[in-house]
Amino acid sequence: MSSRPLSIVLCEKDAARATMIRDSLLETGKHDIIVIDTDAGIAQRIAELNPDLVLIDVESPTRDVLEELTLASGPLDRPVAIFVDRSDSGLTQAAVEAGVSAYIVDGLRPDRLRPVMDAAIARFNVFRRMREELAATKAALEERKIIDRAKGLLMRAKGISEDEAYALLRRTAMDQKRKIADIAQALVLASEMLR
Amino acid sequence: MSRIALTAGFVPLTDAAPLIIAAEMGFVEAEGLALTLRSSPTWSRLRDDLAFGLVDAAHLLSPMPVAMTLGLGGVEMAIDAVQVMSVCGEIIGVSRAIAARMRDQGHDFAMHDARAAGAALLAATGGRLRIGVPFPFAMHTELLFYWIESIAGARPQGLDIHTVPPPRMAEALAGGEIDAFSVGEPWGSIAVELGAGELLLTGSAIWSQAPEKVLALRHDRVEANPEVTARLMRAVWKAGIWLADPGNLLAAAELLAAPHFVGVRADILERSLSGRFVITSEGETRLARQFLEFGGLAPFPWRSQGEWIAARLALRHGLDPAQSRGVGRAVFRPDLYRRFLGPAGARMPGASAKVEGALEEALEIQTPGGTASLPRNRFFDGGIFDPDLG
Repeated sequence: MSSRPLSIVLCEKDAARATMIRDSLLETGKHDIIVIDTDAGIAQRIAELNPDLVLIDVESPTRDVLEELTLASGPLDRPVAIFVDRSDSGLTQAAVEAGVSAYIVDGLRPDRLRPVMDAAIARFNVFRRMREELAATKAALEERKIIDRAKGLLMRAKGISEDEAYALLRRTAMDQKRKIADIAQALVLASEMLR
Repeated sequence: MSRIALTAGFVPLTDAAPLIIAAEMGFVEAEGLALTLRSSPTWSRLRDDLAFGLVDAAHLLSPMPVAMTLGLGGVEMAIDAVQVMSVCGEIIGVSRAIAARMRDQGHDFAMHDARAAGAALLAATGGRLRIGVPFPFAMHTELLFYWIESIAGARPQGLDIHTVPPPRMAEALAGGEIDAFSVGEPWGSIAVELGAGELLLTGSAIWSQAPEKVLALRHDRVEANPEVTARLMRAVWKAGIWLADPGNLLAAAELLAAPHFVGVRADILERSLSGRFVITSEGETRLARQFLEFGGLAPFPWRSQGEWIAARLALRHGLDPAQSRGVGRAVFRPDLYRRFLGPAGARMPGASAKVEGALEEALEIQTPGGTASLPRNRFFDGGIFDPDLG
């Protein structure tokens, strides 16, 4: 079995993320990993490096540039890079869901690819969960701000306590079968229009 | 009765409007669908999401379903273009340095004369021309090759058309990485706003009836769920009619401007919806003819459109022309359009393929449901694409 190290290009602008992914990949073998952290001229650089595998975040706008690598531009080119291995759609599905895209040079053996892809998928899944949690936290914070403003409006307009204002919002939300944050948003918007 | 849940993906562009309006103005609800819209940062992401079932339907560049079915690019899969979502809408711009050179050489930036604009561009750059496009399989790419090859007589040695993500287009132009671009709105207007370039020409000046975006679904899903496909098609078709009403233009711009849709100022979106462009950062304006169309027969997926795309792709990528054209014909699905939208009241032309480029002016036609208008259909060089000829 060939033990030639795989050459892997990682397109990642965030240095901290790049290091984490690189470390995960190195746990699967002594690969030669090059990180590209700029967008300009990326297709040309990858063509020059001629790696076995290119990994990129699916959220990156640069992905469409890499699509050009899938088109053979000359008869003497190395075999065309393709999006993950066509023979293993489960692996491809897992990669798409995790948010990592892999461009792989045709002919790379699946047994050499599998551990690297598994490591990349696991790492990207961590990033995806972090991103989702961050978004959820932000949304919750926004909701709390709006609810606080709505409570303030009710307290001033009706001369009631904070607890009473919250109870009124909650009761209205239940009656309307809507979220408290939606009712609060409507109230804040209406008060701005009436100002 | 509970509604059928469906997810559709789009790339944040003005011409995602039919899908966004279908969801926002209640057209999908009226069809008993609960549609979730999912914004995609790139075309390859959206293609993968469609191929691997993360979305059920997608707003795709019209050459993408043909390329995927032909096996070009990263994912090979049979995809149907069940409906055309928009006709035309590409905009071509040049860097300020090249614009200045073209003005010095006497070009008027009239926006509608593709031959004059192309000749001036070639003269100003000496044929060494690097142009950014959003994706390898895009009408932008096909129209650029058609335009420049027709004017130069052959592909110029120094012509380099390559992918630049639209959010980077202005930066690439200002930094001298590219000399020109062809993109979908609002990116052309944004390049003007950022002072990186000037607008030169619309795609409609090259081909006045180029199918730009399509409503795309996996072929196997279309065959397995015709009823769901029919409902989505009706909703998107009704949204196209709504968008074609000039009275809805301002409302459409406001809806699209939301950060989770296109996320660009409404007054910039209005330019592409009305065809009234600001072409320089000094505020010069032009009115573009047939810039972007949603209504009338625009949504009809002509087999000849799919075949034109396949013929061009085959030529550039060395595929068998006859076989590829057959694939292109089959990817566009006028049969579904007739079956699902006929009963809903859509006008049906008497044939499902037409000679592309053969209509000098709009033509009124009689259809079983009443009169309809076939829009002007011209290639700038008088070229004709006849599906019956090899």
